Amino acid sequence: MSAESAVLIMLTVISAATPLLFAALGELVVEKSGVLNLGVEGMMLAGAVSGFAVTVTTGSAVLGILCAAAAGALLSLVFGILTLTLAANQVATGLALTIFGIGLSALVGSGFVGVPVVPLPKLAVPGVSDLPVIGPLLFGHDALIYLSILATAGVGWFLTRTRGGMILRAVGESDESAHSIGFSVIRVRYLAVLFGGAMSGLAGAFMSLSHTPMWAEEMTAGRGWIALALVVFSSWRPGRVLLGAYLFGGVTILQLHAQGAGGLGIPAQVLSMLPYLATIAVLTIIAAGPWRGRLDAPACLGKPFRPST
Amino acid sequence: MPFRPGMSFRIEQRREMFRGLLYLSPVLAVAMTVLTGFVLFAAMGHDPVLALYHFGISPLLSLYGVSELLVKAAPLIMIGVGLAVGFRANVWNIGAEGQLTCGAIAAGVVALAFWEQEGVWVLPLMCLAGAFGGMAYAAIPAFLKTRFDVNEILTSLMLTYVATLFLGTLVYGPLKDPAGFNFPQSRMFTESALLPIVLAGTRLHFGAIIALMIAVAVWVLMTFTIIGFQIRVLGQAPAAARYAGFHRKRLIWTCLLMSGGFAGLAGTFEIAGPIGQLIPSITPGYGFTAIIVAFLGRLHPLGIVLSGLVVALSYIGGENAQVEVGLPQAVTGVFQGLLLFFLLASDFLVRYRIRLVGAVAG
Repeated sequence: MSAESAVLIMLTVISAATPLLFAALGELVVEKSGVLNLGVEGMMLAGAVSGFAVTVTTGSAVLGILCAAAAGALLSLVFGILTLTLAANQVATGLALTIFGIGLSALVGSGFVGVPVVPLPKLAVPGVSDLPVIGPLLFGHDALIYLSILATAGVGWFLTRTRGGMILRAVGESDESAHSIGFSVIRVRYLAVLFGGAMSGLAGAFMSLSHTPMWAEEMTAGRGWIALALVVFSSWRPGRVLLGAYLFGGVTILQLHAQGAGGLGIPAQVLSMLPYLATIAVLTIIAAGPWRGRLDAPACLGKPFRPST
Repeated sequence: MPFRPGMSFRIEQRREMFRGLLYLSPVLAVAMTVLTGFVLFAAMGHDPVLALYHFGISPLLSLYGVSELLVKAAPLIMIGVGLAVGFRANVWNIGAEGQLTCGAIAAGVVALAFWEQEGVWVLPLMCLAGAFGGMAYAAIPAFLKTRFDVNEILTSLMLTYVATLFLGTLVYGPLKDPAGFNFPQSRMFTESALLPIVLAGTRLHFGAIIALMIAVAVWVLMTFTIIGFQIRVLGQAPAAARYAGFHRKRLIWTCLLMSGGFAGLAGTFEIAGPIGQLIPSITPGYGFTAIIVAFLGRLHPLGIVLSGLVVALSYIGGENAQVEVGLPQAVTGVFQGLLLFFLLASDFLVRYRIRLVGAVAG
């Protein structure tokens, strides 16, 4: 394999990994605050369709991306009201959010199927972008890819190095104690849920504006769920989310290239199963491996909280 | 207490659940969904009254419409009843769509193996294969959950994508109709592999009656047997279940195998009933919608019969409104999502009460 085609494959891996990275980072923060939002897939679709629709109608990708984040956050606000204010079951509400998001995005997007869009521009740095191998790998991406990497570092820094991050983790580990020393558990969780929604929206916008620049119903094809699995895989650490996302991006691209190369006689559908089967395998290895018991799941994950006074 | 300035609302947990509201809240949720639909249709530039009429009322005005309602309700009820048993025990099988597909594949293979053969045993054999196919597929998350403590939500969902792709592999490959002009579909099943029609001139098949029988059987199981009791305790008080020595793993297996089996049987009825062959897409999301049906029916088998009918209306209403007033089919999904949102929101009133409290020292 020539260096040139290896670089091309690497670029597609980065592109496939980025939506997973955005969505999983957002969900990681949500889960660190003690909330389980299973609506990632629905929020991603809301982001994908609104990012696409706004970009096509206004011609501004920046506005499209902002609207995608806002759409994801808006759906997560619905989730927040139901689970945080009204103390509804988080699993059921998350599922409802996904079903609603699939339907709503199909409804909004019905006029945008098959419409072309200008993909996000690559940010070329004069001089260095033309370097062989390093140039395209490090300096030839669109803004969202850089943002996803920055967000990984940002989330890691926020959770471990800032006061806000400590409070968020305290709320997720022991809501009663955090409440009794005066932190507003509900408000912290609302902020986390909104952040998660916005990140899912960005993940969707990246899907419809860069990864596959188009809109199609249910175009996320389970990536929201894979992102949820990645959070478990990472044992709630941002650095490992990055690793996991690129690993899964790699699996996705591997099967695409295998299909392109004639599939070694394996039907295309069987190769397409790989990312899903890999998710199950990874979840099992994580749960059964020697490190089990040190997974660090937030202690209050999924438990509803109502202040007693 | 009359409202005065300086007073505020306070939310308190009820000492006991408000039983009346427990059964009223699904009705409230349906009403709120209809109201939202009214606003939504108006915002989309349709006459809301006309659109709602074609969505919710006109499909029920003909015998054929009612029979179609039952055809759509049958799989929803069967799957919903099975899922509800698991949800009661905090076992979250959300991969019923995949188990349905797997059941349909197993039953379809039987139907095609005995293609053009006479025999009253073909259909029962298909049902057995279908139920077994669904159970076998649900056994994967059950095994991973009980053996390695892997979250069943994610595994059962991932397997749904795998099942759909597997069905695609089969109908594009080995099971493709040799005389089908290369279309991705199997041969049409022959007479002995098709469900008998209950009402002449409609598609209402015998499976709808079986769905009702399943609902009643599960109600008996959950209400009058020790297994039903153990499942309910496992969900409501896991610590008590452990103290009482209930076999947690066995109950998890029971819940997943039961819901998988019913989903597989529902898939069998779809291909042996309205569809009559294997095609790449055999379900309009019944496996996912059944989750809403289960909650709307209060996780109670008989309630699920009612909610299955209500949610089935959203399918045929969606189709009808598309034909009559040109509403996009996606409205169905939006309505189903809204319905569950409103249900979860109104359930708040079952557990909490909102009280007016006077201001301290005005």
